[in-house]
Formats: sequence, structure tokens, C-alpha cells
Amino acid sequence: MKLAHRHTLQAWLFLAPALLLLAAFSFWPVGYGSVLAFTDYSLIRETRFVGLDNFRYIFNNEMFVSGLKNSLMFLLMVPFVQVGAITLAVLVNNRLPGIRLFRAAFYVPVVTTVSVVGIMWGFMFHEQGALNYVMMTLRLVNAPVGWLSNDSLALFAVMFVTLWRGLGWYMVMYLAALQSIPSDMQEAAMLDGASRWQRFWKITVPMLRPTIMLCSILSVLAALKAYQEVDVLTQGGPMNSTFTALYYAYDQGLKHLKLPRALAASFIVSLFCIGIALLCLRYLKPKHR
Amino acid sequence: MKTRSRPLKTRLQILGHYAVLCAIAVVCVFPFWWTLVTAISTEGNIFAFPPTFWPKAPSLENFVEVFNAIPIWSFFKNSVLIAVLTVFWKLLLCSLAAYPLARLKFRGRKLVFGLILATLVLPSEVNFLVNFITITQMSLVDTYTGVILPNVVTAVAILLLKQAFEEVPQDLIDAARVDGASEWVIFSRIMLPLITPWLATVGILTAVESWNEYIWPSIVMSKPDEFPLSVGVLYLRGTFGSSTRVIAAGTLITIVPTLLAFLFTQRFFMRGMDGAVK
Repeated sequence: MKLAHRHTLQAWLFLAPALLLLAAFSFWPVGYGSVLAFTDYSLIRETRFVGLDNFRYIFNNEMFVSGLKNSLMFLLMVPFVQVGAITLAVLVNNRLPGIRLFRAAFYVPVVTTVSVVGIMWGFMFHEQGALNYVMMTLRLVNAPVGWLSNDSLALFAVMFVTLWRGLGWYMVMYLAALQSIPSDMQEAAMLDGASRWQRFWKITVPMLRPTIMLCSILSVLAALKAYQEVDVLTQGGPMNSTFTALYYAYDQGLKHLKLPRALAASFIVSLFCIGIALLCLRYLKPKHR
Repeated sequence: MKTRSRPLKTRLQILGHYAVLCAIAVVCVFPFWWTLVTAISTEGNIFAFPPTFWPKAPSLENFVEVFNAIPIWSFFKNSVLIAVLTVFWKLLLCSLAAYPLARLKFRGRKLVFGLILATLVLPSEVNFLVNFITITQMSLVDTYTGVILPNVVTAVAILLLKQAFEEVPQDLIDAARVDGASEWVIFSRIMLPLITPWLATVGILTAVESWNEYIWPSIVMSKPDEFPLSVGVLYLRGTFGSSTRVIAAGTLITIVPTLLAFLFTQRFFMRGMDGAVK
């Protein structure tokens, strides 16, 4: 026993700085934030416990409620991102000349700053921007559309940009998974006369299952927590149509300095996230041991 | 008949394959191209109908304008400084933490590992509100330490480096221990040099991440001179609301370093992800 643990002190010394920072900037904010959500914390007064007041306030606040709805709307994106990413991964998992160039092209949006993404798509979505031109040339629309200024379209425009930015990231995850599928399985199926389509559904998809589950959870969580794209594209407008729950938190907490309300809002988002994570973990566990 | 049509069929399939790939690639890359065209053109209305997809009277005038209009050079230096410091501290602290997790037996190992894994599940986007209070109380507002500190230790980096340490043969460590080397010497003289490729991977991923970080630095830093590029470029939109070409040029200056880093280290990016999945 003693021998097995002879490194205890040294190990903790090695770990100490990292654990200290994790405690301060990951665990503390979650714990302390959850407590502050039930108080009237502000920098100038003594803090009092106010029970569910902040939660009552935000749930009676139209901005937060519609923000929460918009956050849930973002979930619509999840199947598109996942199906899109799998398709892309399958397409680039070929030994064709120039395939690495395509992989790079699909990944470039991932490594671009969100503020730059906001500016670029601001140009694209402009009433006289490239997107409207293309759509009018293809006769998909008759007159220029105000993608970011129309309150029934803006949310979808923001969602599209999030999709554009996320696709390449999930593609790489699926690509890694695809490349770990042993090729002899595919070859055996091919010899048995299975078609491309059959091989895809009977071999590839089942083998990808764990990755599909993992990526779906990650993208559900990302969808619920969407706010960066909102900040750089619309700042919640027009007419609050692109407010998301976490953007509400960001806006209330750091722009209006209503920290407890902001924390209550992010507490609700966290509850959703933790709930989903737990639910998925139950189904993710391998069935056979 | 069948054997003769096969090559044609495969060839058509490949052609179709490329067609789909090109269509998606256009959607991915077009905004960049459009920004480039806007930035290097000096003539014609930006939002003319029909738009020009090719630069008109190309010149670097707009880029010069960016340098005259905002302190983009100091934004650039700020970004480099933040990235270098983040990479340095992350590699140091995360490899220190990963080593015992990979190679030492100690009390509480499972607990620590569990705690680190837990941070992957915790919704970190929510942290910035309380982290802002913490940074304020530590008087680190408007300092780069404040920008860097919360990003220095991440579970993903620890996990990747732990995996790297696990791949080093046990014999090497045993031999060093027999020779009386301390754990610190084993770590710094033997282990770290052996995992250099992994350190490079984590370093590159971190550098790009840090370069692109936008929300947190914009919360911590309030003096425009001290903004990193990712935050400063939005400042252009405020001062140059009408001059789209200058904004486009500024945007390009911001992304060029990331694009170059990405293109030259593409393999690391894909492999880094690979490691994270498994």
C-alpha cells in the first residue's frame, strides 16, 4: 500500500497549479454563480438572499422568455449540422487527388475569429450583398431580402452562420471515426455484393454510432449556448428577434450590470445543458461490458 | 457490355463527387473571397447590382488606410503577446498536471481525473459572469493576466498530454529512477523532450484558439489600445461605419496569421482532433 502511493506528495505538487486555476475559473464560477443567482448581489450594496425573485423576474421578462425560445429554436440546426458533417466526412474520406485541399476549405471557417465571421457575413447578408444577388439571379426571390433586418428571418440567418462555422469541426470528428473503421469489413461486404448504399447503412452508420451520439450531444449543448454569433451579427435585434437565453445573460450581466438576473438566466441554461448531458451519458454508456 | 460501361460509370461518379465537393467548398470559401475582392478593389460601388466577383483596379490602398485609421499594429502585437503567453503557460501547467496522471501512482488520482473530466461537461460559457467578478477582485481588469489566466488550464490539453506521456516506454523512467533522478528531473529532462510533437500540437491549437478568442478579452480589456486584433477589428466597424473596403481589409489582416498557421500545420489540426475523439 505504502509503496503504491509513494508518489502522492510529488504528484500533488505537480498538479497543484493546474488544479488551483481549474478551481478558480471552472468550479468556483459554477458554484458561486449558482448561489448568487438567488441573491441581489451588486458591487455597491450588501448582498441579500432573495430566493426565487430573480427567476420570477426573468420568467416574466419577455426578452428572456423569447430568448429561451430562440435558444430552443437553435436545436433545429442540430440534425442539419450532423447530417451535413457526416456527408462531408464521407465525401472527403476518399483518396482522390486534391482531397486535402477540400478538407482544408471545409475547415477554414472553424479557425476564423467569430468577429471576422460576423463582419464577413454582414457583407454577405447585406440587402445588396452577394447572397441576394445570387438568389435573385436564380429567381429564388424577386426583391432583395433584408436577411439581418427582417425580424422573421434574422434568427435563421444567424443560425445558418453558426452552421457554416461548425460544420468543419464535426466533419473532422467524423473523419477520424471513419478512418478507424477497419477496411476489411467494407471489402468483405463488397465481395458479398453489397451496394454502396447498403454498405453505408449496414456498416458505416452502425460503426459511427458512438461518434454520432457524442457529436449530437456536443452540438445540442452548443446550440443551447449560442450567443457569440448573435453578438457579432445582430446584437439581439431586430426587435429582439435574435436574443438567445445566454445572450440575454451576457447583455444583462455585462452591459446592464444586473448580475443576479444574468446568473439566473445562465443557471436555467446550465440546467438544460446538465440535464441533456446526463440523459445522453445514460444512453452513451456501452451496453455490453 | 457491363465491363465496358463500368469505367465510365466510376468516372461519372467521381465527377459527381467533385461537383458536390466544389459546391460545398464554394459556400465555405466564398465569404473569404468576397471580403478579399472588397478589400483590394478601389473602384466601383461595393454593393452594386450585379456585384463584381472580381477585383476592380486592385491595390493595397485600403490596407494602408487601415494602418492609418486604427492602431492595428499594436492590436497585432497584443494578440501575439496574449497568444505566446497563453501557449507558454498552458504547455507548462498542463504538462505538469498530465505527468502524474499518466505516470505516477498516488492517492486521489481517480478523484482528480474525474474532476478534470467534469469540466468538460460543465457549461463553461456560463462562467464568464462570475469570472469577471473574480478578475475584478484580483484587480486584473485591463491586464493581459486577466485575459490569459482563465484559459491557461483546459481539460482537453491535459488529456492530450496525458496520452502523450503514456506512450513513453516505462523502461526509460525506471532506468532514470534507478540512477536516482528525481521526478522533476525525469519530467523536465526525459519526458518533456520526448513528447515535443504533442506539445507542438497543443501549442498550435492553443495559439489559434487564443488568437480567435473574442468575448472574454472584450470583457476584460476596456482600453482600445490594449485590444487584441479579434476585438480591435470590430472597432473598425464603429469608426469606419461607411467605409466597407477598409473594414474588409482589416478583417483580412486579422485572419491571415490564422490561415497561414492552419495551412502549414494542417496535419496537426486533424491529428489533434483525432486524439481528442479517442
